[in-house]
Amino acid sequence: MRNKIYPFYFALGTVGVYFIFFVVPGLMGFYYSLTDWNSYSDTITFIGLDNFKTLFSSGENYVSYIINTLNFTASTVILKTAIGLLFALILNEGIKLKGFHRVMIFMPSIVPMLVVGLIFKSILNPATGLLNEALRWLGLDFMAQKWLVDANWAFKSIIGVDTWKGAGYIMIILLAGLQSISRSYYEAAEIDGANSWHKFKYVTLPLLMPALVVTTVLNLLHGLKVFEAVYVLTNGGPGYATDVLYTAIFKEFSMGRYGVGTALSSLLFLFMTIVGYFVIRLMAREEGRDQ
Amino acid sequence: MTPKFVQKLARNGIAWLLSLFTFLPLYLIIVNSLKDQMGASSMSIALPKELHWSNYSIVVEQGKLLQSFLNSLLYAVGSTVLGIALAAIAAYIFARNQSRLNRFMYFFVILGIAMPINFVTLTKVMQFTHLINTQLGMVILLAVMSIPFSVFLIYGFVGSVPRELDEAGIVDGCSPLRLFYSIVAPLLTPVIVTVGILNFMGAWNDFVLPLYYLNDSNMWPMTLAVYNFFGRFSVNWNLVSADIVLTTLPVIIIYLLGQKYIISGMTSGSVKG
Repeated sequence: MRNKIYPFYFALGTVGVYFIFFVVPGLMGFYYSLTDWNSYSDTITFIGLDNFKTLFSSGENYVSYIINTLNFTASTVILKTAIGLLFALILNEGIKLKGFHRVMIFMPSIVPMLVVGLIFKSILNPATGLLNEALRWLGLDFMAQKWLVDANWAFKSIIGVDTWKGAGYIMIILLAGLQSISRSYYEAAEIDGANSWHKFKYVTLPLLMPALVVTTVLNLLHGLKVFEAVYVLTNGGPGYATDVLYTAIFKEFSMGRYGVGTALSSLLFLFMTIVGYFVIRLMAREEGRDQ
Repeated sequence: MTPKFVQKLARNGIAWLLSLFTFLPLYLIIVNSLKDQMGASSMSIALPKELHWSNYSIVVEQGKLLQSFLNSLLYAVGSTVLGIALAAIAAYIFARNQSRLNRFMYFFVILGIAMPINFVTLTKVMQFTHLINTQLGMVILLAVMSIPFSVFLIYGFVGSVPRELDEAGIVDGCSPLRLFYSIVAPLLTPVIVTVGILNFMGAWNDFVLPLYYLNDSNMWPMTLAVYNFFGRFSVNWNLVSADIVLTTLPVIIIYLLGQKYIISGMTSGSVKG
C-alpha cells in the first residue's frame, strides 16, 4: 500500500544523479590512483601503489600537506568553538537590539570566502595593511608582522581569517542552544547553592552538549575540506608552507598529474567517508527520535 | 550604578564591539571602492575626499561584469530550482515510506554532507557526459552538490505535515504524483524557501566548481571574474573594491531580506536536543 502511494522510484532520479556526480568520482578515484593517468599521454597504465609511494616518500612535501590540513582543522575547531561559546555566554541575556547584532555577527558567514580572502589580503598587507597600521598607531610596532609572507605567520593568519569568518555562525548556533535551556534549571541550581561556575559546569555545559556536537562536526567537515581560504590568501606559499590537501590536489590537477592528484583525493575521501559514516548515522538517528 | 547595571553596560559594549569587528572589513571595501587610485592604495578606513562613482562603471566594462552577473544568476537560479525539485521529491518519499530500501537511500544521500568531492575524477565523468565547460554542466553540478543537505533539511520538515491530508487526497482520487505536488509540496513552502535561499547563496558564492570545470571566461560567474580581475588590476584597489562590492551585494541583499529564514535554516537540526 505504502509503495503505491509513495513509490520509491520517485526518488530514483535524485539518487541517480547524486550517485553519478558525487559517489562515482569518489569510487573511480580508488582505481585511478593506482594508474599513471596524466595529461601528457592518452594511455593509462596500471602502476600499483607507486602514487602512494610518491605521496609518502621523504623527498616530497605531501605529508606536510596532510599535517597542515589536520592542523588547520584542529585549530579552527578549537578556536571557533571557544570564541563562539565565550561570546554566546556573554551575549545570552540583557542585550538591546539583539536582532541587529545577530544580523551583523552572522554576516561574515554568508560572504563568499573568495571575497573575504581578497579583503584580508589587503588588511594583512605588511606595509599598508589596516592591521599593521592599527598596531603601529597603538604603538605596538613590535607586534606588526609580515602576516601572509612570513612562513612562521602565514598559516596562523589563514587560520585567523577563517576563524573571523566562521566564529559568528558557531556563536549563533550556540546562542540558540543556550536560549533553549529552561530558566528553571538555573533557579533550582541556585536554591541548591550553586555559584556561577557550578551553574556553567553542571547545567549549561551538559544541556548545551548536543549543540556543541553539531558545531564541532560542522567545523570538522569544513576544516578538512578547506581550499579557498588558502588558495586566495597565499596559494600555498611561501614555498609550500601553507599548502593543504585540496590546494595540493588542485596543483596536481593543473600540472596534469592526475594520478597523484587522485591518490591524494582518495585518501581524503576514504578518511572523511569513514568519519562521516558515524557522524551521519548519529544525525539520522537523532532526527528519527524527534519525530 | 549597581553592579547589575555595569554588567549590562559591559555586555552591550561587547556586542557593539563584535558587530563593529565583523563589519569593519566590509566597510573598508565600501569606502575604498569610492576613492581614486592613489587614495585607495593604502586601503585606509578614512572616508573618500570625493566620491568616484566612475569606479563602478569602469569595473563593469573592464571586468565584463554584466556577462558574469548573468552567468551567476543563471547558475544560482537554475541549480536552486533543479536542486530543490530533486531534493524535495526524494525527501518526501524517504520520510513517508520508510521501507528498508528508502531508509538506506536516505542515509546514503545524506552521507554526501560529509563526503569530499574527488574533483580530478569528476573531470572524467564530466567529459563522459559532455558537460565539461558547459553552462548546463555547471547548473547540474551545483544542484547535485546541494542535494545532501537539502534532503536532510526537507526530510525533517515532511514529518510535521500531517498524514491525514495525504489520506484525504487519496480518497479524493489523487495520483501519487499529484498528491505530492498539489497537496504536500505547498505545505513545504517554509522549508523550501529556507533551502532555496541557502542554495542560491551557496551557488552564487561557489568558486571551486567553475575553477575546475569552466575554461571559457565568457561562462565565468562573478566569483571567478572578480578573482581574475584582482590578478590583472591588483594595484588598483579602488577598482578591485568596487568589483568586490558588486559581487557581494546580491548576497548581502538576499541575506538582509531573508535573514530570518537563513539563520533558522543554517542553525536548524542543531538545537532541537
